[in-house]
Amino acid sequence: MGSAVRILVCVKRVPAPGAKIVLTPDAQDIDSSLLGFAISPHEECAVEEAVRIVEREGGSVTVMTLGPPEAEEQLRSAVAVGATSVVLLPSDVPDWDPVSTSRALVSALAGLEDEQGEPFDLILFGNESADSGGYQVGIRVARSLGRPMVTGIKGIDTGEDSISARRETPSGWEVYRLPLPAVVGVKEGINLPRYPTLKGRMTARRAPVTTIEPVAGSSGQSKVMLMTPPDAGSAVEILGEGPEAAPAIVDIMESLGLV
Amino acid sequence: MSIFLYLVEHDRGRIDETALGGLTGARLLAESRDAGLQAVVIGAGAATAAEGLDAYGAELIHLVRHDLLVDYGPDAWAESLAQLAGTTGAGAVIATGTDRGNEVMAQVGARTDLAMVANCLEIEPDGDDWLMTRVRWGGSLRERARLSAPVKLVTLAPHSTDAAPAGEPAAGTVAEFNPELDESDAVTMVVDRVTVSEGITLATAPVVVSGGRGVGSAEAFDIIEELADLLGGAVGCSRVVTNNGWKNHKFQVGQTGTVVAPDLYIACGISGAIQHWVGMMNAKNVLAINIDRDAPMVTKADWAVIADLHQVVPAISAEIARRRTLAAESG
Repeated sequence: MGSAVRILVCVKRVPAPGAKIVLTPDAQDIDSSLLGFAISPHEECAVEEAVRIVEREGGSVTVMTLGPPEAEEQLRSAVAVGATSVVLLPSDVPDWDPVSTSRALVSALAGLEDEQGEPFDLILFGNESADSGGYQVGIRVARSLGRPMVTGIKGIDTGEDSISARRETPSGWEVYRLPLPAVVGVKEGINLPRYPTLKGRMTARRAPVTTIEPVAGSSGQSKVMLMTPPDAGSAVEILGEGPEAAPAIVDIMESLGLV
Repeated sequence: MSIFLYLVEHDRGRIDETALGGLTGARLLAESRDAGLQAVVIGAGAATAAEGLDAYGAELIHLVRHDLLVDYGPDAWAESLAQLAGTTGAGAVIATGTDRGNEVMAQVGARTDLAMVANCLEIEPDGDDWLMTRVRWGGSLRERARLSAPVKLVTLAPHSTDAAPAGEPAAGTVAEFNPELDESDAVTMVVDRVTVSEGITLATAPVVVSGGRGVGSAEAFDIIEELADLLGGAVGCSRVVTNNGWKNHKFQVGQTGTVVAPDLYIACGISGAIQHWVGMMNAKNVLAINIDRDAPMVTKADWAVIADLHQVVPAISAEIARRRTLAAESG
């Protein structure tokens, strides 16, 4: 990449993974009154990857999110681990559909690129959001911008005017080479995100947040309601309380034809 | 009669159980709408991958060929599929919600500016619309969604339908389709491959022996690996383990790792947080080894041993070895 690499990372505020999920009485949303929030895991890795590239090569990392005003918290956490600037597209409407989300992002992004007079060299998305899992916002944004995109990426090597991106397969890796500017969907495992330093937290507290009003829209997809999956039902058989359970276990393995 | 297209995923001619399960799901969906099912197989190796699809109900099999379709590439595959959907006047385009399936279908959605609904479990008509139940939070939550579109673009959740041949094989007529592609469609094609391991993989292993926080260290995974080896299975782990650096992320089972569906899943020292559970809930049998009788993994398992995995796992390996020695001596 050239001098001063410009990277944009799009992230989403989601309930912290692992928290018990309870629905609101109208089943339209998750009851978030008792939940902590985080950047969706794949995107947390995307922020880390962008920061590492810029630490290596110089440049800037802009982090953008469409979400409630409280998503400012996630933007500040991105600054705390090295993001240069942050942009919030505030909306009180939950669960934007993927088509509308991508249109709002493209509109805001085009404005940012106009201002800086050139495109971002690289735009990173998470492979899919932890909560709604639509698997498409990044791809729609890339297509609108006329830039190439690959998803499921767990390794990025930067070159002068292209990048090499690796996708993990069951037996190894597939390698893609994309000319810049490009868009990449990142998967958890590409790196282990760092913890913020005290200095990072201080910087984050004072960081200015740019606000852009998102352009709303609609598409053919709409949410009707959320549901909890049926309980798997539990009829666990306790085989023992120590290594003496081994023969019973191997009996089961034999009955399944595995030994 | 309306026709539905199903994209058959293949890796250089090889198709797997997941693709056949998806084709089965697509056939059931087409039958319920009185639509004809046509399979789409793209690129090099397509003819090999197309063999036997008639048994699963493909009335017509489109072999998509072009000089640029030498390997997998999301743009080239999606452009081909979008053109074929236009040519055939398809009422729906369906794929399985794998990495590639979701990627290609999202590209089709972006090209046609149509909505694309990922990872559907059930679909029913409501007038011209479809009402679907789809996967959220990797499977720990579901969403009822409505899709209003002239052409329905959906992916089916992997493993949501078991592969099953049709009652009677369909015609399975093979037709070649040559899309119009240019170099811009080939920009995102696979240019190289690195093979790290052949043989048993986490995603397809019949047995997965998986370790969690209770394993305690990277070194202590030795006993997990020994048991996996004895069973001809694969090693897995929970997110805590990768976050602690005990195992590479490629071993991680769960929402943000690999989704597995083995005959037997052995969870050693894994509490069973929801993001892990959704990665292995399709396992046919689950054995939990845990010191905590109330751990979610224990209460949801088929069998459990309430004990320290560091004692139980080596005892299982020793018992397997003992029986094999006995069998060898008597045989």
